[in-house]
Amino acid sequence: MPATQPVPAAARLFLSGNDAVARAVWEAGTRVAAAYPGTPSTEILEVLARYPDLYTEWSVNEKVALEVALGASMVGARAFCAMKHVGLNVASDALMTITVTGTEGGLVIAVADDVGMSSSQNEQDSRYWGRFAHVPVLEPADSQEAYAMTLAAFDLSERLKSPVILRLTTRICHVKGVVQTGGRIEHEPAGFVKDPRHWVMVPGNAKPRLPSMFQREAAARAEAEASPLNFQLEGSDRRIGFVTSGPTFMHVRDAFPDAPVFKLGLSCPPPLESLRAFAATVDAVLVVEETEPLLETEMKAAGIVCHGKDVLPRIGELAPDVLEPAVRRLRGEAVPEPEHVPPQQVFPRPPTMCVACPHLGVYYTLSQMRNVLISGDIGCYTLGAGHPWNALDTCISMGASMGTALGMDKGRGKVDENKKVVAVIGDSTFMHMGMQGLLDITWNRGNVTVLLLDNRAVGMTGGQDNPGTGRDIHGEETQRVDFAKLCEALGVKKDRIRVVDPYQLPVLFKALREETKIEEPSVIITNRPCVLIDHYEPAKSYMVEEDRCTGCGNCVEVGCPAIHVTRRGKEVKASGKEVDLSFVRIETSACTGCGLCVQPCAPEAIVHAQPVQSIHSVQFVRK
Amino acid sequence: MSQITNILVCGVGGQGVMTATEILAEAAISLGFDVKKTEVAGMSQRGGVVTSHLRFGRVVLSPQIVPGEADLLIGFESAEALRWSHMLRPGGVALVNSGRIVPPVVNLGLFDYPEDPVARMRALGLTVHAFDATSLALELGNIRLGNTVMLGACADRLPFPAEVLRDAVLARFGTRKPQLVEANREAFEAGRRAVAGEAKAV
Repeated sequence: MPATQPVPAAARLFLSGNDAVARAVWEAGTRVAAAYPGTPSTEILEVLARYPDLYTEWSVNEKVALEVALGASMVGARAFCAMKHVGLNVASDALMTITVTGTEGGLVIAVADDVGMSSSQNEQDSRYWGRFAHVPVLEPADSQEAYAMTLAAFDLSERLKSPVILRLTTRICHVKGVVQTGGRIEHEPAGFVKDPRHWVMVPGNAKPRLPSMFQREAAARAEAEASPLNFQLEGSDRRIGFVTSGPTFMHVRDAFPDAPVFKLGLSCPPPLESLRAFAATVDAVLVVEETEPLLETEMKAAGIVCHGKDVLPRIGELAPDVLEPAVRRLRGEAVPEPEHVPPQQVFPRPPTMCVACPHLGVYYTLSQMRNVLISGDIGCYTLGAGHPWNALDTCISMGASMGTALGMDKGRGKVDENKKVVAVIGDSTFMHMGMQGLLDITWNRGNVTVLLLDNRAVGMTGGQDNPGTGRDIHGEETQRVDFAKLCEALGVKKDRIRVVDPYQLPVLFKALREETKIEEPSVIITNRPCVLIDHYEPAKSYMVEEDRCTGCGNCVEVGCPAIHVTRRGKEVKASGKEVDLSFVRIETSACTGCGLCVQPCAPEAIVHAQPVQSIHSVQFVRK
Repeated sequence: MSQITNILVCGVGGQGVMTATEILAEAAISLGFDVKKTEVAGMSQRGGVVTSHLRFGRVVLSPQIVPGEADLLIGFESAEALRWSHMLRPGGVALVNSGRIVPPVVNLGLFDYPEDPVARMRALGLTVHAFDATSLALELGNIRLGNTVMLGACADRLPFPAEVLRDAVLARFGTRKPQLVEANREAFEAGRRAVAGEAKAV
């Protein structure tokens, strides 16, 4: 019997794009790395935090992360920060001036676009920042390239004295492949050189530096024309030549193995002369890029005739099954009917809140309230917009629940005058970008009740620490934010701040009703931790006494996934009204005894379970 | 690219779909294959749909399996197997856990769970081997053995010996807790037996 071979040597590792970037950041001799968690980029810093020899941190937001990295670069250290696409919007204020100062130690910004939108509020193309900020953009196509281009990005940054954007997508971050790796090479910081004309960006100092951006861009363009990161693959079928960048390179190679391909790694500024030469060797050019027609527009502006978004979608991934029919249509060929079975209609399975999630109590309560406008935010609690709660009316961007709530309050007319305005925000989102919004509410006398859901974790991205947990990226103790004091300092009256246990439904309901009645800013802080973090302690689980269940369905409205409907029925009330009945059972093995469902159960049919009983299906398996 | 093996593993967040695919990948790597693995699982920890694509061969380019090109579909949950049926190539094989995970939208009465997902797949002309892996795992004493059972079920349908996969499973659990090795060995063999007699390499 053949045994599995020993674990591959440290030189050949099976790494995700995120793992590969982290590995290369470490090998590059980086001294400082910072990030705010965000899918699909989160694991880069999680992995880096386990490496020795460098300082890593979760920052409170992406702008701070970039500034921390910049500070390290200023003293001559190699520095790195990572974020998801929307994070660079937050950090862009810093970016747009860093491009004027330039950098000292190599500074690499990894930004991960969620192409296909697996876990984001929008789909945007971060390659625009390269054009806007006049900084180079590198686009790896798989884990091996993510590793190699991260190393190349540090060298390029130091050659050009410019930050470099490493543009990743979900299909790089979360794809694993085999990567050839190496060892760390130390880079001792050269030291900070005091020079106000370089680092103090007042108009008098900044204005003379502006031309340096364009000189640098010209140098980067020359690099792009000569760079081995931009290369051409010959192909026998010259009907269409493909111009690709990022993961689309692999899709194109898979779908059209005989076609010539121009592959861009250093894609901004684009090597237009090389692309012009390539275009001359093929009958037609098709630019395959995710997601905006950036290269396509630049090539057309340079007089290079090409196809792009006229035949390909402007949204989502350009996987082989999207490319093949589009290219056939471009060639004027018929698209054959697929031989495989067609997609089958099956119920949707949207993500839902976890068993015993403390947010369940909050949304159950909100769902029972009438006449409320509920301004939401980014995090697990956005799921409150779904069934059965339907208790979240907006979700825009990190911290936006505050400003939009105030704007609703100030802007509402007669039709909404009897409604209460409630904002819902999580602990980490509040510190990321919500605090300023609350300050605006108190300063401008808004009539808003803020539900600050402190579950002591960045829940949606996997339970990372934040200033409210009292632990740093390594899980070590540090100072902890006191949310009640913080809100008071931001101008909320002490009497208008309550700390409530979200598993106590009557208490929560009373607090919400009272605070929304009082016409001034108030904050209700919930204080139970995320069930997925290590420190969560389950209590004794519950079960349903079948003969006592009346099928009222109140417990189902809590929305806990451990509650299952076993059978349905109908009942005609004395009033003659017919009502639906849902008889339930509780998945006792999944239940952690939070007690939320017990509270709305009128016949007291939910009782503590007997020890261990057989179950038929899994719900959630916790680590 | 006919030498590439395409395996699609699907299920529900929390079932261990990604871990199982990771172990399949490790087995393929141990034999020197080029391997790529990709997931769509943004919010999967919250009980959503999870799929994991595994491709291995001499050189693998795109990590994504396109519809109609999966050699094997490993369904950790029966409705999920039905949802991803269109990924199978003509002549491909589905290995399905007939156990069910009913989502809240079905509990709330907003949608129906298909009456018999496996029968629907067979009616589409697909080759399906279905068995209750969840109950098998429970009989072995731990519901978490379900993914090892499923790996055992696919072990005789891979282009390499079943023992390579078995050793990859045992290597993973053995390093954590030695007592888990025996339980996983049993679970793996139980999965193999559950679909025995129908073995055919892809």
